[in-house]
Amino acid sequence: MTPTRRKRLAIVMLILVGVGTATAIAVSTMNDSILFFVSPSDVAAQTFPEDRRIRLGGLVADESVLRSRDSLEVRFAVTDGKHDVNVAFTGILPDLFREGQGVIAHGRFDQYGVFQADEILARHDETYMPPEVQRALEEAGHPIEASMQ
Amino acid sequence: MIPELGQISLILALILATLLATIPMYGAWKNDTRLMALAPSLVIGHFVFALLAYLVLTVAFINHDFTVTYVAMNSNLLLPFAYRLSAVWGGHEGSLLLWILMLAGWMLAVLMFSRALPTVYRTRVLAVMGIVSIGFLLFTLLTSNPFERILPGPPDGQDMNPLLQDPGMIFHPPLLYMGYVGFAVAFGFAIAGLLGGKVERDWVRWSRPWTLIAWAFLTAGITLGSWWAYYELGWGGWWFWDPVENASFIPWLIGTALIHSQAVTEKRGAFPAWTVLLAIAAFSMSLLGTFLVRSGVLTSVHAFANDPERGLFILGFMTVITGGALLLYALRAPRIMAGEGFDFVSRETALMLNNMFFAVSAGMVLLGTLYPLVSDFMGWAQVSVGPPYFSAMFILLMTPVVMLIPFGPMSRWKKDEITRIAKPLAISAAVAIVLGFSIAAYLGAWSARAITGWIGGLWLIFGTFSYLRTALRGRRRGLPRHQIGMIMAHAGIGVFVIGVAMVSSSTVQRDVRVEPGQTVELEGYRFELTEVVPVKGSNWIADEARFRVFRGDRELFDMNPQKRRYHRGGQIMTQVALRPGITRDLYIAMGERLDDNDAWSIRIHIKPFVRWIWGGALLLALGGLVSASDRRYWRESRTQAQKPARADQSGRTNAAGDEVPA
Repeated sequence: MTPTRRKRLAIVMLILVGVGTATAIAVSTMNDSILFFVSPSDVAAQTFPEDRRIRLGGLVADESVLRSRDSLEVRFAVTDGKHDVNVAFTGILPDLFREGQGVIAHGRFDQYGVFQADEILARHDETYMPPEVQRALEEAGHPIEASMQ
Repeated sequence: MIPELGQISLILALILATLLATIPMYGAWKNDTRLMALAPSLVIGHFVFALLAYLVLTVAFINHDFTVTYVAMNSNLLLPFAYRLSAVWGGHEGSLLLWILMLAGWMLAVLMFSRALPTVYRTRVLAVMGIVSIGFLLFTLLTSNPFERILPGPPDGQDMNPLLQDPGMIFHPPLLYMGYVGFAVAFGFAIAGLLGGKVERDWVRWSRPWTLIAWAFLTAGITLGSWWAYYELGWGGWWFWDPVENASFIPWLIGTALIHSQAVTEKRGAFPAWTVLLAIAAFSMSLLGTFLVRSGVLTSVHAFANDPERGLFILGFMTVITGGALLLYALRAPRIMAGEGFDFVSRETALMLNNMFFAVSAGMVLLGTLYPLVSDFMGWAQVSVGPPYFSAMFILLMTPVVMLIPFGPMSRWKKDEITRIAKPLAISAAVAIVLGFSIAAYLGAWSARAITGWIGGLWLIFGTFSYLRTALRGRRRGLPRHQIGMIMAHAGIGVFVIGVAMVSSSTVQRDVRVEPGQTVELEGYRFELTEVVPVKGSNWIADEARFRVFRGDRELFDMNPQKRRYHRGGQIMTQVALRPGITRDLYIAMGERLDDNDAWSIRIHIKPFVRWIWGGALLLALGGLVSASDRRYWRESRTQAQKPARADQSGRTNAAGDEVPA
């Protein structure tokens, strides 16, 4: 091999190794930060990864929101029409958090089976329903109301 | 009747675009001057009709013409005048119209400012852009017609999304689109080069300023969006790795790689094929971004309408454009000029590394953005990829970039000595380390992230200025603009890095329950809630919290965050109170009323150096514009075409200062 060729080969190898390493790291990092979507029915059927943070979605059940008197703790239930899951959260809820509206909560179950949420997402637009939630509701046979377009 | 004129204008624009994409293109192929001579008038006509359609829609908004469905959906009688103008692009259909208008505008600009290009080449560029325009016009007319009517029209409209009723939102989409669509110019130049059968350095020289301008607009648009999200969403974050943000960020990353690889190809003729590929990729990613945002396949904080038909159309269009471009590339790649060789220690290597890191970063963001879609589509699981993935990958990939940036401009083309580069930079590095530690100590920011952030940022700033010193040595006149722009941009990244490091390491946030009369202490500031009062705006009512802010015993100012309720649609909105400052922002957002005693949940943030994030990013954008304004790109290209840029073959150019921004 001529020196130029050898140099070129070295550069190509370097790029390949670099990109390969980056991809390997990416895949393993992604594995850790993937959130699986779980519906209340999945919770009832226990078909979800138990030891990791998950993404729970459904509607905020009517008349389920309870606030603490002296702190920012709030409890409510997420439902898909068939099953309910109790959720606890401490902090400020998004503007569009309301009973009967779609919601997504990130967090884990504690030992009492209460979902301890560390993040609550409700969307910016009233007419918008997160696609996963919509599908979960349809699967659970929930009548989808005018909250969607 | 008037809205129908808009419709007719769009159809006429489509016809003109179709003519442009066929007749002059054929003319360029057959080298028929008469057919090519049609291009300028077609481009002008195309622009005029696109503008007309846009104006018609604007007039419909101004006059509250609710028989137009789009107006009825996005405006109402109470909407203030300025927002009626910006409501034109507040929804899906109108934003497409804006896209088309901008594409037509870019085409007009190419026509006007590239007179010196060879006619065949310029005709091809315009025809290729015409093809892109056909796609968007068809898309608008077939799936998203803004001029559709409902008869009889409702007495009043819905509302423009209150989140968008904000000065920041007036300019964010147009700037972003200017960037997205601007990459169509670089794409057009690349494809025209491939069609012509040879890709020479001239191609790159001509397309550089256009790419820079598009990139600068995209940078400014993303920055504005981030700033808007910060004060409008009430969470105090400035970047969420939201899929829609990623959709604009991926083209930015590719665009950044592109402006650097163009520099190499133009100056040294190295990696020409890669540059062409990047130009194709940058625009394809813009299209992908549009697809992701507009089709509704994403779960995103940006709530756009879902419509599978639209998604399918864009996907098909993207396949045609990108697939066609790649096919052409594959066919013509062997005829692209051969790259020039270079040594391991050289500016080419530095820029190659830049390209590698930015291309890989774009790939990483793309992977994280698309993975949930793929996983869902394949029936694996419904997942989402969270910010931890993106943050981890970004820190990993951008740390070397920050470390390497100052080496780029310092090094010479073709061959250099590491010792020659390292000497002046060693001083910058030493100063950055000492000063970085001292500042972090002075601020009491003892986290690893804050310290490395200061060191990294100062290293970029000092390293860049030490290049300025080297470049100025022995020069009688000042630096050329493209160099000034490069220096601004690189220093801007330094400012940005400091801002990001400080915000992510030293933000203080407290969510508390507050009643009138109570105070909250945070970082030496005291926030006293005096009362919560109802207030009224033109199309909303609100509860307003009145805070007095003290530092020690001194009263500083009042801060009055609001919780608004918009009349139409009844949407609730948080209006944060902000006290911006160079070294910190005070930020108060109202949560919700907790009981009848006017107790509210309140979020208070103290965000150190958060302004530096946008300040740095704006410097970056400004640097791009200054670079693009350099006279070397705009003087008569034809004279250069005659004597190809072979003068600087000797490896080391006349002076280090005469080189391109890297």
